[in-house]
Amino acid sequence: MSLPLSTAASARPPKPNAAAFADGLRAAAGSVFMIVLVGSYISIGALAHDLGFPVVWVVLSTILIWAAPAQVILITSLAAGTAPLEAGIAVGLSGMRLLPMVVALLPVLRAAKTRAGALILPAHFTAVSMWIESLRLAPALPRENRIAFANGLAAGLVSGAVASTIAGYYLAGVLPNALVAAMLFLTPMSFLTSAVRSAQLLSDKAAYLIGIVMAPLLAYEQVGLDLLWTGLVGGTAAYGLHRLREALR
Amino acid sequence: MSLLGDWWPYLILILAGFLPNEVWRMLGIVASRGIDEESELIIWVRAVATAILTGVVSKIVVFAPGALATVPLAVRLAAAAAGMAAFFVMRRSVFAGVMTGMLAVLTGMWARGG
Repeated sequence: MSLPLSTAASARPPKPNAAAFADGLRAAAGSVFMIVLVGSYISIGALAHDLGFPVVWVVLSTILIWAAPAQVILITSLAAGTAPLEAGIAVGLSGMRLLPMVVALLPVLRAAKTRAGALILPAHFTAVSMWIESLRLAPALPRENRIAFANGLAAGLVSGAVASTIAGYYLAGVLPNALVAAMLFLTPMSFLTSAVRSAQLLSDKAAYLIGIVMAPLLAYEQVGLDLLWTGLVGGTAAYGLHRLREALR
Repeated sequence: MSLLGDWWPYLILILAGFLPNEVWRMLGIVASRGIDEESELIIWVRAVATAILTGVVSKIVVFAPGALATVPLAVRLAAAAAGMAAFFVMRRSVFAGVMTGMLAVLTGMWARGG
């Protein structure tokens, strides 16, 4: 992905952090990802309602997990009677992508004097929406303001997601089924497209295609821990292709 | 549902939902200290994570949870293809991709009278 990772310091002087936070909130309100989040979380709220989860539980899942695929996995697997341990493993596997995302984001947000504790919130709120928008917008800001901006951005996006979760939960019986289905489609569609944008190396691109084919096949063949094998075997094979091409150069 | 009691679902939310997901973010804080973003380890982690991510979303499309299960598999696959096509045509616009995919699902449902 062509991310502006430049570390060049902006010439602008830093603002008070409250103002930078407010800028982040405004950026969230105007982000195209807000539209995707609203639709996705309406559908997740409706899904949780239909499967019998309490509304507080779903709202907490949005704030604490803050990752739509993980929430869909957790809600559907628990409702299907999957053992919590197995559900937790599937959630953990789906969350693995967050590690390289956090590793890419924090050096952009961090200033010389940043305390480690100040990185916990931006790391917690790292998700595709917040990550793409932070990497797009933060490099233009003075370093001293970037964490406050990212926290404001995240607060805005999470607030929109929470409001949508609640709306979806209570509108579950009213919304036409086709509309809920279409909104449930936002999560896979937004991840399929944004993952293309962040696939830079051959290993990323190969892993992208291998994952799409391998996981449903393994699940169809009822191989246990299909996601784990998809990641370890498929991802390592994709990495091997990258190494092979480097070696042949 | 097997979730009984008042606190049990919340404990499961923390243990099976919050912690397994959050651990990667916190490891990211640790790993971001002094790690080279282009190190071989990170490239491998990214490949594994990418395969798992597209595996997760591919399973959502193929094995459709909740209301999405009422959409035929052929419509879901066609909608995903349409969304990807729109994404590439509109110069890699995520927004164009998701909106096209969503409209394709709606159109597919409408066409079969759903």
